[in-house]
Amino acid sequence: MVEPVLTLSHLKKSFGALKATDDVSLTLIPGEIHALIGPNGAGKSTLIGQIAGKIAPDSGTITFRGRDVTQLSTAQRARLGLGRSFQISSLIPEFSARRNVMLALQSRQGHPFRFLKPVQRDRGLIAGAQAILTRVGMEGRASVPSAELSHGERRLLEIAMALALEPACFLLDEPMAGMGTEGVGKLVSFLQDLKAQAPILLVEHDMDAVFALADRITVLVYGQIIASGSVEEIRHDPRVREAYLGDPA
Amino acid sequence: MPEKSREYAVNAVLALGLLLVPLWALWAGEPFTITLATRIAILALAGVGLNIALGLGGMVSFGHAAYFGIGAYVAGILAQHAFLNTPVLGLPGSNQMLTIWPVAMLISGVMATAIGALSLRTSGIFFIMITLAFAQMVFYFAISWPAYGGEDGLPIYVRNQFPGLNTMRPWDLFLVAFGVLMVGLAFSALLRGSRFGAALMAIRQNPERAAAVGINPYGVQLTAFAISGMITGLAGALMADLTRFTSPSMMAWPMSGELIVIIILGGTGRLFGPVAGAAILVGFEVTFGGMTEHWKLWLGLVLLGAVLFARGGLIGLIAGKERHG
Amino acid sequence: MTAALFLEQVLNGLQLGLMLFLMSAGLTLVFGVMGLINLAHGSLYMIGAFFCAAAAAASGNFWLGLIAGTAAAAAAGALIEVTVLRRLYDRDHLDQVLATFALILVLSELTKIGFGPFPLFLDVPPILSGTVNLGIAHYPLYRLALIGFGLAVALGLWLLIARTRLGIRIRAGENDREMIAALGVNIRALYTLVFALGAGLAGLAGALVGAVQSVQVGMGEPVLILAFVVIVIGGIGSIKGAMVGALMVGVIDTMGRFLLPRLFGHFMEQSQAAGIGAALASMLIYVLMAAVLVIRPKGLFPAHA
Repeated sequence: MVEPVLTLSHLKKSFGALKATDDVSLTLIPGEIHALIGPNGAGKSTLIGQIAGKIAPDSGTITFRGRDVTQLSTAQRARLGLGRSFQISSLIPEFSARRNVMLALQSRQGHPFRFLKPVQRDRGLIAGAQAILTRVGMEGRASVPSAELSHGERRLLEIAMALALEPACFLLDEPMAGMGTEGVGKLVSFLQDLKAQAPILLVEHDMDAVFALADRITVLVYGQIIASGSVEEIRHDPRVREAYLGDPA
Repeated sequence: MPEKSREYAVNAVLALGLLLVPLWALWAGEPFTITLATRIAILALAGVGLNIALGLGGMVSFGHAAYFGIGAYVAGILAQHAFLNTPVLGLPGSNQMLTIWPVAMLISGVMATAIGALSLRTSGIFFIMITLAFAQMVFYFAISWPAYGGEDGLPIYVRNQFPGLNTMRPWDLFLVAFGVLMVGLAFSALLRGSRFGAALMAIRQNPERAAAVGINPYGVQLTAFAISGMITGLAGALMADLTRFTSPSMMAWPMSGELIVIIILGGTGRLFGPVAGAAILVGFEVTFGGMTEHWKLWLGLVLLGAVLFARGGLIGLIAGKERHG
Repeated sequence: MTAALFLEQVLNGLQLGLMLFLMSAGLTLVFGVMGLINLAHGSLYMIGAFFCAAAAAASGNFWLGLIAGTAAAAAAGALIEVTVLRRLYDRDHLDQVLATFALILVLSELTKIGFGPFPLFLDVPPILSGTVNLGIAHYPLYRLALIGFGLAVALGLWLLIARTRLGIRIRAGENDREMIAALGVNIRALYTLVFALGAGLAGLAGALVGAVQSVQVGMGEPVLILAFVVIVIGGIGSIKGAMVGALMVGVIDTMGRFLLPRLFGHFMEQSQAAGIGAALASMLIYVLMAAVLVIRPKGLFPAHA
């Protein structure tokens, strides 16, 4: 069996009486897209927060690239190669699309404590950012401040910033949210290619996209994993149909 | 981008104006004007320091008077020991600016690191209150520590020296202050264009995103806070030499407010904002201070108007919104 | 050191703490409910002291002065809330800092213009003058009354917040602005009322303290900064935190100034010990604040835990 890139084991997190994450274990192995689905309030955001390092689990461990990262900060996990996109676009609003990507690129190249060399004349950095923007089809919008980009462009820029980290795994939180059919179609084929570069843990509401992309699907309801398996298995799992698709079996 | 070039033009006018007005005063024999220009240059330098924390980093420090005052006290204390020929902590005093400045920057930097390390555990309103409180602590310590003048402050009998210049002459001292300001501005310009500057500005706008691309917000902000305190401390050392007096009021809370005012009047985060702001503030004081003893009432009203109706400061009014390519 | 002296200092500490509580309570309410940092809170303290001293001198009655001082500060608070601060609730903290700093300048100068440049003095009312015998020590009756007064106001404030409709609205406003607007409460009027209440408390503190120190422009800001320390220790928005923090700051500051020079006197020369002891004592409460920040960055009693 292949060594997983990311392993969650027995994660638990409660807010008061609410068990937002209730003994969740899952793995992400190289080359796969592992989709995490579940109805609203299932605890997907809390789980993503724990993987990214924003929320500390009450118990359980997170192993990333063979290291226990449970105690590491968000920044440390990112530098280890965890590239994420946010559910609601989270960019540097005054920076252009290019500078947003450059920011991600520069931190991959090492610490930010370089005080004097101008970034704007750093040809390597600029060319690198331009190449990544080209990959997501945004080369023409490089100098637009991210606050002025369209919703779809902001979603793409999120992914471009994750790409710039050259991560060992992608953590994509509803990348299709709010995109038109055409945009979703493009993104589906993009992610299809992307998984060869690094495996993807995909949280997504668009079921067509999930069924088209996922190699494995895990279903989260009330903080618990109720099913995990291939697309076909999940499609026909009666518990999933009942709990998630609202379809009494 | 026309706005960008308009900002360059404003910057050039400010730099040239600050140099040419005292030059004219030298020719016309008006040393008071030269001293005013020196004061503007020094306050602008203090503002350049604060602008790194506040403008670039979004850290609203209401306690930068502490670093300004520490710089001033270093100048005063070293000069006193040099004058009396007594050692301080086993080392000789000094009346050389080139020795005093690094010491002033070192000690303000150490204090800024300590205070910043604690204050940056919080943010928002907490951060403002805590920086203000710690600065007040430094102030109370200075006035109750008996060895260096206490509440009376510490005079500098002979202005500290700079190689090749006679610092007792107003024009020579102006050149020193102007030169240091230009170096400070150049450093600030490089800093904001660097990787560090990019990380710092990104953290101000979106700390969560910065962390998600691998930048540690705390470390970057603390470093910026320390650099900021060092530059403001250097300005304090210069101010002590200008007034030939180290006064506890240099580290009292109104000074912290004044430094913030300088930055905002000029344009928060703008490279030359502190120069514009210092010129406005000193100009206002000289103009209205001569007319009425209640000039601060009018200053307060102007500030209120600026906050409520003219956000972006002077450079914002002239050059429009700031853009980062 | 005698027990009498010690008791006297403890009482002084309590008195300082309770006056700080009056200042901090208003500040912390305004932080909690409106999310506003108000540097001009010290000016309201000063206004209370000036109006009290002037009205007491004019009428010859301390109590009339006290009412005048409190009312003037509350009115001034309501006025600046309606004219200036209301526009700042949605602004960032930097704008709030600058605008309220500007208000300090304006209010200080207006006070100088209105009351003249010299300090005023307020006499202790005859009924509270003299000292009271506490068994081991004689203590000024007025200072003892300040402690009682502070406790009474604290109790009243607690009843107001815990037991009245207004209190319910204030607590709701802290938690959810939209909710309270949906309930049909006039949020603007509520804010003005909360602000005036805080201002009145600050004015009352200024008026009360005016009889034991000189009333002058600039008297408010050192107290304001102490109140900030109190709030950092106690936690933003918490009245209970303000009480605990204020008493800690009052007692520790007073006892530090009293004890540290004596402590150092045991192992260094007297005059030196006095100086160094005083300098270190002035730092004590800030060290306390730093310690709280390390252990509980949100304060001892965070309102939104």
